[in-house]
Amino acid sequence: MLEVRGLSVDYLSNGTALHAVENVSFKVEKGRSIGLVGESGCGKTTTMLSLLRLLPADGRIVSGQILYDGMDLLQLSEHEMRGYRWNRIAIVFQGAMNALNPVRKIGDQIAEAIQLHDRLDNRETRQRVGELMEMVGIAPERARQYPHQFSGGMRQRAMIAMSLACNPDILIADEPTTALDVMIQAQILDLLQQLQSQLGLSIVLVTHDLGVVAELCDDVLVMYGGKVAEYGDVDTIFNNPAHPYTRRLLEAFPDVDSPTSTLASIPGYPPPLDNLPAGCRFEPRCYRKTDLCTAVSPDVIEIKPRHFVACHHAEE
Amino acid sequence: MEAEDPLERILQVSNLRKLYPVSRGIMDVLTRQPRRYVHAVDDVSFSLQKGEILGLVGESGSGKTTVAMSAMGLLDPSEGKILFNGEDMRDLSRGKQRLKLRREIQMVFQDPYEALNPRQKVFSIIAEPLEVHGLTRSWEEKVEKVKAALSAAGLKPAENYFDRYPEELSGGQRQRVVIAGALILNPKLLVADEPVSMLDVSIRAEILSLLRELRDQRGISILYITHDLATAGFFTDRIAVMYLGRIVEIGPTSQVLTNPQHPYTRALLSVMPVPNPRRRRQRQILHGEIPNPINLPTGCRFHPRCPDAIGRCRQVDPQLQTVGAQHTAACIRLDEIHAEDKENKEKVEHAYQRSLP
Repeated sequence: MLEVRGLSVDYLSNGTALHAVENVSFKVEKGRSIGLVGESGCGKTTTMLSLLRLLPADGRIVSGQILYDGMDLLQLSEHEMRGYRWNRIAIVFQGAMNALNPVRKIGDQIAEAIQLHDRLDNRETRQRVGELMEMVGIAPERARQYPHQFSGGMRQRAMIAMSLACNPDILIADEPTTALDVMIQAQILDLLQQLQSQLGLSIVLVTHDLGVVAELCDDVLVMYGGKVAEYGDVDTIFNNPAHPYTRRLLEAFPDVDSPTSTLASIPGYPPPLDNLPAGCRFEPRCYRKTDLCTAVSPDVIEIKPRHFVACHHAEE
Repeated sequence: MEAEDPLERILQVSNLRKLYPVSRGIMDVLTRQPRRYVHAVDDVSFSLQKGEILGLVGESGSGKTTVAMSAMGLLDPSEGKILFNGEDMRDLSRGKQRLKLRREIQMVFQDPYEALNPRQKVFSIIAEPLEVHGLTRSWEEKVEKVKAALSAAGLKPAENYFDRYPEELSGGQRQRVVIAGALILNPKLLVADEPVSMLDVSIRAEILSLLRELRDQRGISILYITHDLATAGFFTDRIAVMYLGRIVEIGPTSQVLTNPQHPYTRALLSVMPVPNPRRRRQRQILHGEIPNPINLPTGCRFHPRCPDAIGRCRQVDPQLQTVGAQHTAACIRLDEIHAEDKENKEKVEHAYQRSLP
């Protein structure tokens, strides 16, 4: 349904181009959900913004294709692109629940999202607002309340309602549960799962929380230093990871089922964009590095059907 | 852990209660409505041993931060008593004793991006507490102490960090600077309020391991405040689970996690994301949110959201009762829930037996 091929994005900073994302490819299939995972600065947010062509002014998509049902979104004019944004692909931004206008009623803010894209009269709009609020589990009477009367979880539901205003096929959610309490987080994940099966939505989940990915996603794309480290279905990534970074990341994640006194951590820091290693991006922090890794950046290889890894020493 | 020795207690909180008055509107005053209160913390008791790490786990609004603030002497309790090292916090947090108290209790905050002054270099950030407390006589001594604190926080070689500004450091490094600033005064108690929730997963373990090392080497006690049972499971010796101003369950970490008793603890554990898709499980989602602490539910505070609640729960306010070694929980249906559990387990086992060839 949505296919990203060889996407590369640069940021211009003081006349030099920083390679924030390089040669990233993945697919978002109908009714499936994919998790974009990685540490801060790994390029996951840049990748996600590129899907909607919403990069900040200093960002440039240098190469690649973003195919939506075969149509390359990068070739469209800005006017044509607006037909896709929100109508086909909608987004819930990170921390967006704090971006609600504090002096306007929730219902009016959802109505605005509808009216910007659809020509509905006031009565129809109100009805649609009611439907949307019910869909995300907010009592329709609360349309007349203001954001400060909503808790964090309820505001996040309102944001999800707003993103669904134009019946998108793909919903991108950037850290939708970060900063929420565990129980509220579970409620929101449950809601996303429900919406996915009810509306046949595809979900792109951008997060650093592996637990959330394991609970919700069908496919996982692990990114490191702007490149794909590993890409496959959720079971393969969690139970048969081949990239040393994926392995370490999994070991660093505390598991409440088996509390241990040792948790791995990955020594060192992700590479800064203005000083990327010549070879593999993960080489400076890797426990399996060889001279080959220092010199040559590994290509993404399909080591098994639908399991892609970028490592010279991909482990079986 | 061994049996408690009262002399080894660094902190003892008894029947702590903290109420905040709700401001009354003009109509409330005119109609002579009684003043109402937010019951932030209601009758909480626990103790912390020397060199122990206690996790205070709960959602926002559970009162965990109020407990922590009271334990540091930053809030005056409405009722109850807090003993720090055997002395009453009320006396310690006033007058001449105050500086000493501030030295002995230090804090690590959630957000290392906001806790550091962006215009100060690392050296002066860390040296500042020394000056405030008048603990250095010479420049050389100050440099020595700053160096030791930075190294203890894992920033080595320390000299390389002296002249850096916080913005040049990564999130993990900043949190280490915060920890170094807390260490330089040689505190006895460290209160860590969500110290890793803003950090990337790959460095969380590092920071928590560092805190644990400090406990092992210096015998610092740590009060770890979090909503994340998973990191608490990795890091703490004991866990206290709070709900709406009360401790509903407290016990050794392994007990609370593998053998949770209170329905709230069980629900919290069931919704913790597990990093393995093969172990996706039935989530016991509690609907709604923590109710407003002004009008508390009658009886058990958890009954409106409790999946196991019965009529009696609306009337009886449950007290903590012993369920295992040093393990207590506040629920009147513990035995019945246990029985149901056992029955379910037997059913599952029975079905399994029958499915075998």
